[in-house]
Amino acid sequence: MTTKILELPPNLPKSQNEEAGASKFCPGCGHGMVLKTLAFAIDELELKEKSVFGCDIGCSLLSWNYMDIDTVQTHHGRTTAVIYGVTRANPEAIGIAYMGDGGGLAIGAQHLVNAAVRGEKMLIVLVNNTNYGMTGGQMSPTTLPGQRTETTPYGRDCSVTGKPAKGAEMIAAIADSDKSYVARASVSNLRKLRSTFKKALKNVNEGGFSFVEVLSICPLNWRTNNVDTWARLQTMEEFFEVKEFVSREGL
Amino acid sequence: MVNKLIKEDTKMFLTGNEVLAYAANAAEAEFMYGYPITPQNEIMHTWCKLLPKTEAGFLQTEDEISAGFSTLGGILAGKRAFTATAGPGNVIMQDAMSMAEMMRIPFVCAVMQRGGPSTATVIYAQQETRLTCYGGNGEGFRIVYSTAGHQDLFDYMIKAFNTAWKYRFPTFVLADGYQGKMREPVTLYDPASRGIKMVPVEASLLAPGKIGTDRPSNHLRNTFNMEEELMEVLDEYAVDFAKLEDEISEYEEYKADDAEILIITHGIVARSARTAIDELREKGVKAGMFRPITLRPLAVKPLRAAVSRAKQILFTESANGQLAQMILEAVYGLTTPYSTLYKMGVGVTGDDIVEKVEAMLKQPVTV
Amino acid sequence: MRTKIALAGEGGQGVQSIAKILVEAGYEADKQVLYIPNFGVEQRGGVSIAFCQISDKTIGEPRYSKADIVIMLSDRAIQRCETYVDENTTIVYDSSICTEAPKCKAKKIIAVEANKIANEQLSARVFNIIILGVLLAATNVLELKDIKNAMEMALGKKFDAKPELRELNYKALEMGMNLITEKAGV
Repeated sequence: MTTKILELPPNLPKSQNEEAGASKFCPGCGHGMVLKTLAFAIDELELKEKSVFGCDIGCSLLSWNYMDIDTVQTHHGRTTAVIYGVTRANPEAIGIAYMGDGGGLAIGAQHLVNAAVRGEKMLIVLVNNTNYGMTGGQMSPTTLPGQRTETTPYGRDCSVTGKPAKGAEMIAAIADSDKSYVARASVSNLRKLRSTFKKALKNVNEGGFSFVEVLSICPLNWRTNNVDTWARLQTMEEFFEVKEFVSREGL
Repeated sequence: MVNKLIKEDTKMFLTGNEVLAYAANAAEAEFMYGYPITPQNEIMHTWCKLLPKTEAGFLQTEDEISAGFSTLGGILAGKRAFTATAGPGNVIMQDAMSMAEMMRIPFVCAVMQRGGPSTATVIYAQQETRLTCYGGNGEGFRIVYSTAGHQDLFDYMIKAFNTAWKYRFPTFVLADGYQGKMREPVTLYDPASRGIKMVPVEASLLAPGKIGTDRPSNHLRNTFNMEEELMEVLDEYAVDFAKLEDEISEYEEYKADDAEILIITHGIVARSARTAIDELREKGVKAGMFRPITLRPLAVKPLRAAVSRAKQILFTESANGQLAQMILEAVYGLTTPYSTLYKMGVGVTGDDIVEKVEAMLKQPVTV
Repeated sequence: MRTKIALAGEGGQGVQSIAKILVEAGYEADKQVLYIPNFGVEQRGGVSIAFCQISDKTIGEPRYSKADIVIMLSDRAIQRCETYVDENTTIVYDSSICTEAPKCKAKKIIAVEANKIANEQLSARVFNIIILGVLLAATNVLELKDIKNAMEMALGKKFDAKPELRELNYKALEMGMNLITEKAGV
């Protein structure tokens, strides 16, 4: 009996750059899953030709050629400002600003807050992995209480650093509920993440502002194996509520 | 497309900030991103007041960081966009200006200098000269026009857009609080009436064509993995920038041909130097001026020729020698002795210069 | 000929408003003019100075060391502006506001009581217009019709809405002019 090996091409979204591949990120990283899911959502809504993708510095930087859509890699925390600069100048564009928890909630927080208040026509994707990955795993605004990082080697002491920042709750509190979509999703459920991205993109396509925080994983800096990684993600989901905060009929 | 307001030559009595807004419109600028900081606010005030007529765009951002970066976004989207700032705003906008340098984005910014360092004064200075020429973590691949009054502001603001879009280096109109706030007569015109054709703009993001069939997706980045990869790019930029000296450098000489005392200055201080030179010439003193208009790139050849001809040089600035530092590097090897008249953050008057030159005549400088 | 005028007072006294009228009048009269408003960080409450130049020829320096005429409308304005005075400068100060006369060496020091007149005979609102009248009469630079023309440009709409305002302002201008019996020679 001869063995026949079937060569099946991977199921890639059209909005993903075939040549870049998923190997850009560390083994087990959540970014690849988030980006691929986002690309599928863009495909489904047929927004590829209208979308502009901006990425921040940090691990999100590695997505600079991940998508097969026009992309600009910006500076630390500045993706939001560049992308609303684009959509203000070209109101037809679907602006997507892709960043981590540091880029969104620390160094670029003023842009996030003001883009939400002004209802800029854009989707902000904030991938929350509770640390600064690219710079070697320091504490970020979302680092969990007690979590060990390079700058909290004995665990995050909230009496010193304050409590973890809850981005989606903050944005939900300030965004215009008539034209905004605000949600938190997780890489533990990609089907749900895809429908979340679809709603968010649809809202932007209708002229609104969308914010999606995605709870993600960083096994390398967390120093966790598969089982522990999954357990950590479960803990995050208990701490950061996964749900839609602001939505409306018809999305 | 925007509506141009100035269709024929129009003499007006305006503040410099107003002139800049009209100039941007004359240059067919389509979008301004800005954040309030004195003494440049009236650029946006005027721009906003004119919007119903011009049908251009404006966004007031949350700070100068965002003003700088959103301007980059607007330009990448294919608009002739610009911003303006001053002082501490200029400091925090350097990040965006660096990105423009690295990515060859035709960024245009008017800088209305105020006193420094820090918050200092809201009034006037020439203390952002070095920052505007060499700020950011780069090599100063920037074009900087230093203006000396309202006609300059109008002429060079229009020119800045064309230089930026033609050569794709960030381009600055460097002025100051005096020029921004003062009123003097100026003639506004349609650039076409002077034979000036605006360089067409194009989008880097969402350019025409379907991705995959007409064109590949465009991935713009400013991060490199390898040291050599970066240097290869920058070496190319350096070659491009070096060519600019012959192509776009500008300077003004005033009675410099036979000048024994050559005053080297820039911007609005050049106006005081003119007043002083007229007075000194009446007294029989052979004084003259060399004023670089482009501070980046400097017109090095004529500068060296003028310095060689003179017996003594006087550097004068409303700063502590920020221009002189650049000039001295450019005239390396020449031995004409020099003296300085620096008033940090304070206007230099004609009287100040006359007094200094007379002192130099009495006791010539030797170094 | 170039005339260098400095007007200085407290924020809110209307120094910049009359400076604007003055230079606008010069511009409309086809003169070369240059005006720099100078505030401190606080745009209200500090000493406010207007540097004006009116000339027949192109104006070089935007700021000058010494003025031909300096108007000082408060004690702080006197302190702040003595630096612009030399033996060729005429000073006009308001003796109904300033507690002491300027002590610097000048060509001439003229005291007027514009504030008192405004309060007692007209209205505090036209104090600055009285000063404008003083300045007009003290200098040989502009004519009354130039100033009136510029006032109409600046305030015409308000005047049309309230014709008594026009009368009040012109009265103030005239009273200011009458406070100066001699030309300051600038």
